Amino acid sequence: MTEMPETEIQTNFAAAKAPAVETSLRRFISDFTENRIAVCALMVLLVVVLIAVFAPLISPQNPYNLAEIDIMDGRLPPGSASMSGMTFWLGTDDQGRDMLSAIFYGLRISLGVGAMSGFIALCLGTCIGLAAAYFGGRVDTVIMRLVDLQLSFPAILIALMLLAILGRGVDKIVIALITVQWAYYARTVRGSALVERGKEYIEAAHGLALGKVRIVFRHLMPNVLPPLIVVGTVQVAHAILLEATLSFLGIGVPITKPSLGLLIFTGFEYMMSGKYWISFFPGIALLITIVSINLVGDQLRDVLNPRLQR
Amino acid sequence: MAGDKPTLVVEDLKTFFFTKSGVVKAVDGVGFAVRRGNIMGLVGESGCGKTVTGFSIIGLVDSPGRVVSGRILFNGADLLALPAQQMQRLRGTRIAMIFQDPMMTLNPVLRIDTQMIETVRAHEKVSRQEAWRRSRDALGRIGIAAPEERMKAYPHQFSGGMRQRVCIAIAMLHKPDLIIADEPTTALDVTIQGQILYEIQKLCRETATALIWITHDLSVIAGLADQVCVMYAGKIVETGDVDPVLDEPLHPYTRGLIGSVPGHSRRGQPLTQIPGMTPSLLDLPTGCTFRPRCPRADGACLESPQISAPLNGRQVRCFHPHVGEGA
Amino acid sequence: MSVFIIRRLIQSSLVIVAMSLIVFFSVNVIGNPVDILINPEFDQEEMDRAIKALGLDLPIWQQYLHFVKNAFQGDFGRSFVFGESALKLIIQRVPATLELAFTALILSILIGIPLGLFAGLRPDSPVSKTIMGGSILGFSLPTFWVGIMMIMIFAVVLGVLPSTGRGETVTILGIRVSFLTWDGLKHLLMPAVNLALLKISLVIRLTRAGTREVILQDYVKFARAKGLSDRRVIFVHVLKNILIPVITVIGLELGNLIAFSVVTETVFAWPGMGKLIIDAIQLLDRPIIVAYLMIIVFMFVTINLVVDILYSVLDPRVRLQDIKA
Repeated sequence: MTEMPETEIQTNFAAAKAPAVETSLRRFISDFTENRIAVCALMVLLVVVLIAVFAPLISPQNPYNLAEIDIMDGRLPPGSASMSGMTFWLGTDDQGRDMLSAIFYGLRISLGVGAMSGFIALCLGTCIGLAAAYFGGRVDTVIMRLVDLQLSFPAILIALMLLAILGRGVDKIVIALITVQWAYYARTVRGSALVERGKEYIEAAHGLALGKVRIVFRHLMPNVLPPLIVVGTVQVAHAILLEATLSFLGIGVPITKPSLGLLIFTGFEYMMSGKYWISFFPGIALLITIVSINLVGDQLRDVLNPRLQR
Repeated sequence: MAGDKPTLVVEDLKTFFFTKSGVVKAVDGVGFAVRRGNIMGLVGESGCGKTVTGFSIIGLVDSPGRVVSGRILFNGADLLALPAQQMQRLRGTRIAMIFQDPMMTLNPVLRIDTQMIETVRAHEKVSRQEAWRRSRDALGRIGIAAPEERMKAYPHQFSGGMRQRVCIAIAMLHKPDLIIADEPTTALDVTIQGQILYEIQKLCRETATALIWITHDLSVIAGLADQVCVMYAGKIVETGDVDPVLDEPLHPYTRGLIGSVPGHSRRGQPLTQIPGMTPSLLDLPTGCTFRPRCPRADGACLESPQISAPLNGRQVRCFHPHVGEGA
Repeated sequence: MSVFIIRRLIQSSLVIVAMSLIVFFSVNVIGNPVDILINPEFDQEEMDRAIKALGLDLPIWQQYLHFVKNAFQGDFGRSFVFGESALKLIIQRVPATLELAFTALILSILIGIPLGLFAGLRPDSPVSKTIMGGSILGFSLPTFWVGIMMIMIFAVVLGVLPSTGRGETVTILGIRVSFLTWDGLKHLLMPAVNLALLKISLVIRLTRAGTREVILQDYVKFARAKGLSDRRVIFVHVLKNILIPVITVIGLELGNLIAFSVVTETVFAWPGMGKLIIDAIQLLDRPIIVAYLMIIVFMFVTINLVVDILYSVLDPRVRLQDIKA
């Protein structure tokens, strides 16, 4: 058989390689922005976070400074004006606090507790998961049994149990939230790490006698990161919701640091008399936060899920 | 049988897939005919469009694919012009299909008898007992011993060969005029393959059922089929009766395929290979799609060759066929 | 089959033992057991007597055995608040919680599966997109807040449904149930829907994902190649394959519903276990807390066990695998 012309072979090869010019980061961003709803959600989320961070600066009133509130302003409907001429855009609660400000401060606590516990749980869970995957054998089995055991119980039950024993306080709530979440991270990380561990490039890296730590961080982590991010967003949303629920039940954050959940609880007793705004608006704020996190998380999942990638 | 109208005539069939990355011309102008009781082999590498051809005939092309043009004349009637309801009535009764991997074709959570009985009762108003009887008899005919017992089982309790026999039995329940078999023995052991091939051939001869056997394995075709169609990148490149095509292949691709079957080379001689790879259907070469891999290609091949007029029942799509040469 | 059951039984027992250890040691090691188990209102003499009676002067492992022995007899101590046996108080409330949880479960199945099936079969239709959007809303909503809003809308503003409490009950086999009376149903509706909201979203998503996966399978194509009607393909071939994983998840969710009823019961003042435990935590009624935790662990383990057995019954591959083993 005659030889295939050189140029033909080269053009075939070149054509095969062409699309790989984009970096994965750029591709990720362009994939993510395909869904406009998710982008909107991301914007909303950023606004929420900014509000939470800068709450003291942008609130019309500091609702926890006793000097600034007047009980005569209590239970006013949205849009009313105060004695001092300030407009209560979202009404006031029973103590005369401006709901808008209370919500801003409340977002701070809700997000702060949720994010902090999520972050610590992520670190903790990741270390445990990596350890389980890396050491394998007995260590792995024990850790996984523990994870399974914990995950077979509903989060609210575990949190209830812990808070019943530990009592109230922001730190106790954070501990409870961490305890509830670490197992998800550990399981996800272990799963990814095991998959990666079996792959050939790890063996190759071992073959090159690269240090263990380096293997873990340079090679395992980038592949473990995507599912971790997806789980992370879902978990943070859960954590925020859980904290709100626990605070509403009266076993969460103390009155001195009211999160949105506690605000809703305060308004609970007024719902029968039609003063809806005390519970309604904090709930909306909570809803907006959670929905945006979930929408962003959904899109992240679709983008990062290798199976769906065309 | 000369004078008989062929059971199936496919004319210039085009099935395209409209994907995000572009239009994939999976089947691009395919045409052939199959007579009663004859076995037609549809041969080609993975991705050449042979399976999609099969699906197009039975009307199960899933989106984003669609039959774009052509005619499929089944016993004279154009299937592509039939309303969906009628097509559904034909499926399973006059046209049946057997798939490649019997583990996944039978529903794992339903019993064998359920899956057979429903096929009978979907098309005929018979009692459960009658449907059950027919199913049992069909299993017996395909060579399954003690069919009453086996019918109560679930698919995963059978071996691969048994499962495929069940699928064949299901296909033959309503004594169809045409069976399309899509690589039915590829997933099975060689010995089982031989048995199944024998059974199918026997059944088709007995019932005068036309059979289209889709495969990438030429050696199967050699022993089984009456006619053969060789497909490449969505088009038929050569067709004719089996023995002449295999003894004196006209198209360079057919020649390459035969050459790469180990039995054909002499001991100690390196296997002849077709250089290069099958092109991606999104990025086909200009002109003849086989040109980049063809040892006989030249400037003329930058045009797309048409299929030749039938000569002794043979047709080829090439500007430089191997006329007058042996294998 | 029996090997499977025995193995699961052993596993379940181990879990209960583990949980009892955790509960016991949390109560006796983390807090001061004297404060926790003995009513702080007692004077010194009564305390000493109680300490002796509770065996708190014994070594810890003996105390644990004591605890277990009492547990088997159903004795978890007396409630500080009510003075009665903690176990008895909780058991009295169980039917109300179960009624709520089961109703929510049934609602989530009846609403969730059809919607999820539709969304999976026609993923691009606007109705499907609405359903999926709604499901995101479903599990982002804070249940307690929705409950409050429901009360405000239906009870306060519209006045069509009662706002709190359980309705009239009827006694069957010694258990009081309220869904058999019209009044009972009216009281049951809002709390059950509230509790079900989260689960409906979950079921929709699960069913949709399952449908989309199953629809691509070869056996669905083969069923169509046999000429079966679309209806049969969907409702027999597709549905049966989806139902197996979906039902098992839903079964496990029953446990979650029972735990989560804590919230709904608080909002709607539904007299179940959940309200009892929340009050107990706030009032530091420790015997009730201990009894509740043990009972709920027991319930959980039982539910998991039943679901596992159910799964093996439904999926012939699992069932027959065990026979071969």
